[in-house]
Amino acid sequence: MTTAPADVSLLADDVETDLRASVRKVLDKHCTPEALNGLYDGRDEVTGPLWSAFVELGLPGLLVPESLGGAGASAREAAAVLEESGRAAAPSPFLTSSVVATTVLTALGDTEILPALAAGEQTAALLVRPTALRHGPAARTTVGLPADVLLVPEGDALYAVRGARVTPVSSLDMTRPLAEVDLTGAERTLLAEDATAAVDAGLLMGAGLLASEQVGIARWALETTIAYLKERRQFGRVVGGFQALKHRLADLYAEVEQADAAARYAAATLALGDTDAPVAVAVAGSFCGEAAVHAAEEAVQLHGGIGMTWEHPAHLHLKRAKADALLLGSPEAHRAALAVLVDLEA
Amino acid sequence: MDETELRQRVETLLAEHPPEATDRLDFLHARFDAGLAWVHFPEGLGGLGLPRGMQPLVDKALYRAGAPDNDPRKIGIGLGMAAPTILAFGTDEQKQRYLRPLWCGEEVWCQLFSEPGAGSDLAGLATRAVLDGDTWIVNGQKVWTSSAHLADRAILLVRTDPDQPKHAGLSYFVLDMHDPGVEVRPLRQITGEAEFNEVFLTDARIPDGDRLGDVGAGWQVANATLSNERVAIGGGAFPREFGMVTSVARTWRERPDLRTPSTHERLLRGWIDTEVARITATRLRQKMAAGVPGPEGSAMKLSFARINQQLSALEVDLLGDDGLRYESWEMRRPTHVDFFGKDAGYRYLRAKGNSIEGGTSEVLRNVVSERVLGLPSEPRVDKDVPWKDLPR
Repeated sequence: MTTAPADVSLLADDVETDLRASVRKVLDKHCTPEALNGLYDGRDEVTGPLWSAFVELGLPGLLVPESLGGAGASAREAAAVLEESGRAAAPSPFLTSSVVATTVLTALGDTEILPALAAGEQTAALLVRPTALRHGPAARTTVGLPADVLLVPEGDALYAVRGARVTPVSSLDMTRPLAEVDLTGAERTLLAEDATAAVDAGLLMGAGLLASEQVGIARWALETTIAYLKERRQFGRVVGGFQALKHRLADLYAEVEQADAAARYAAATLALGDTDAPVAVAVAGSFCGEAAVHAAEEAVQLHGGIGMTWEHPAHLHLKRAKADALLLGSPEAHRAALAVLVDLEA
Repeated sequence: MDETELRQRVETLLAEHPPEATDRLDFLHARFDAGLAWVHFPEGLGGLGLPRGMQPLVDKALYRAGAPDNDPRKIGIGLGMAAPTILAFGTDEQKQRYLRPLWCGEEVWCQLFSEPGAGSDLAGLATRAVLDGDTWIVNGQKVWTSSAHLADRAILLVRTDPDQPKHAGLSYFVLDMHDPGVEVRPLRQITGEAEFNEVFLTDARIPDGDRLGDVGAGWQVANATLSNERVAIGGGAFPREFGMVTSVARTWRERPDLRTPSTHERLLRGWIDTEVARITATRLRQKMAAGVPGPEGSAMKLSFARINQQLSALEVDLLGDDGLRYESWEMRRPTHVDFFGKDAGYRYLRAKGNSIEGGTSEVLRNVVSERVLGLPSEPRVDKDVPWKDLPR
């Protein structure tokens, strides 16, 4: 065994609880099912106003050091924002810009780009494959675009690129859409000759905190389904009283509670920079990714016909959950990473 | 009393009864009488009325000083189930009489609840107690009783009024296991061993003074016992790679020749499920310490049963040829419950009980969905019918 478990609090403190409440208020206002459905129908009336509200709350600078205009907060607070974002299926560059790109730049000691990110004046995105778990070559297609600054790997080096041409791609989850990038003729600046560790740190932070987003999706699916099954009547009964459904929900509840604990542990170890963070992230990445998909699939099935409609928001969460389960390392990729970390290789 | 004063009290006990020069039982008696047995119990009953969280301080200090302990594994039912129930429902006289020999291990306790006809539906039990003067005469059969063959006393749930609906006609007693009306027979399990017993009660006699709680209030008393059992299952502290995954992971590391893609996938999933259970149990403990009871407790047992069954099955598969071996089918009567035994075959078979004992997984799913998620209860057609009129 390479690392020991960290002794960390898995309970939310007052700062997290307050932050969560403010974020939820903003998300409830902007992320209505109509607004999110619009993203699939070519009408984006939500991303811009939501990001402005995030900027007003200071969320883009959460992980940026105070000396660069940020809040100097930890992964725990960012996890709270992401859990709420998952619950709302929110379209925002928070994960890609304020977590992944920000962590990469912080690790590189950047002082040029981070102030603009912290102030919410610009966004950034790391140009690797959407499913990347580790440092790798630049991708042609990724998430988090358009962004003002692209962080582009070339060999071990990392460049800041501005003015790339970005073409949106129709994607499975339009709340975090894919885009194609053409770097031809774009202006580029060298950030570091060897940025592999910084890129890995950004991807580890992203994968670990994505687990909190997945918990948010799973909680929404569980709570919405329970509420519906307490109202829906068939055969003269509330259908939530049928044991076949009660047992599925009991199992799902256990799974969601466990996913929540796993995601909090990942966030807590990342916040401390604990040596156990890679194990915690691999565990959460495997468990929470599958839990979110399972919860969203159960929500669709247990809502019956209404769950298959465009009108009901279950589809928004199913698509987000399924896409999230590929993002920043699939559950299978996280298990393969874990095998190496805990001496259980194939 | 603060930590310093408590530490001082431990030092005084050690000074007055040096462990190396004191008889084991004498030391345990002295520890009990000093209030250092279970500090959260009241003064005069082995405790000091302190928070439960201060107990480890005492245990660690005494362990370091080489003091004897009360061998808690052998008296788990007394400590975990009988004692809290006696404390909550016993008379002063009963508390004085039972708790000291219970904690010191002089009297081993067992639990007589389940019956062949009353498993998940415990409140439907049929063992009858009839009052004759000031003595209850008990007839019936109990089952799944661990330690019955070693026990001096039992907590016993019986029917005292068959004319009442099932929950209302029960009473709760302390039974002397040495009574001539008590017969204990081993109950052999699929592992070949007999961890448990059947207990036959034929005109067993119980003085009315050995009743816990009012006549007819047995169900409330039993629920207090069972909630203590659930706390014990959900609230443990675990290391990484604990439980069933330990031996599978060891085999994986030592025997590269056995590895296949499918067993690798199952191993990693089991390892992750175990780690997530560890983290969830840690959070549950943190919540309890902060005074926020977490509803995860009831769901934890569901997960442990599934994890144990999946990993023990994997271990047999992984071992291949060696998975076909079984250490011994000899009928033994172990002194305590053992989930692990000597080999993978034993673990595979024993783990089948994990989704049955202490509440089946099916009943637990009802409990979680009704009490935690607020979904409608199962129809309970027998709830208001006199017990004697129920179809059996």
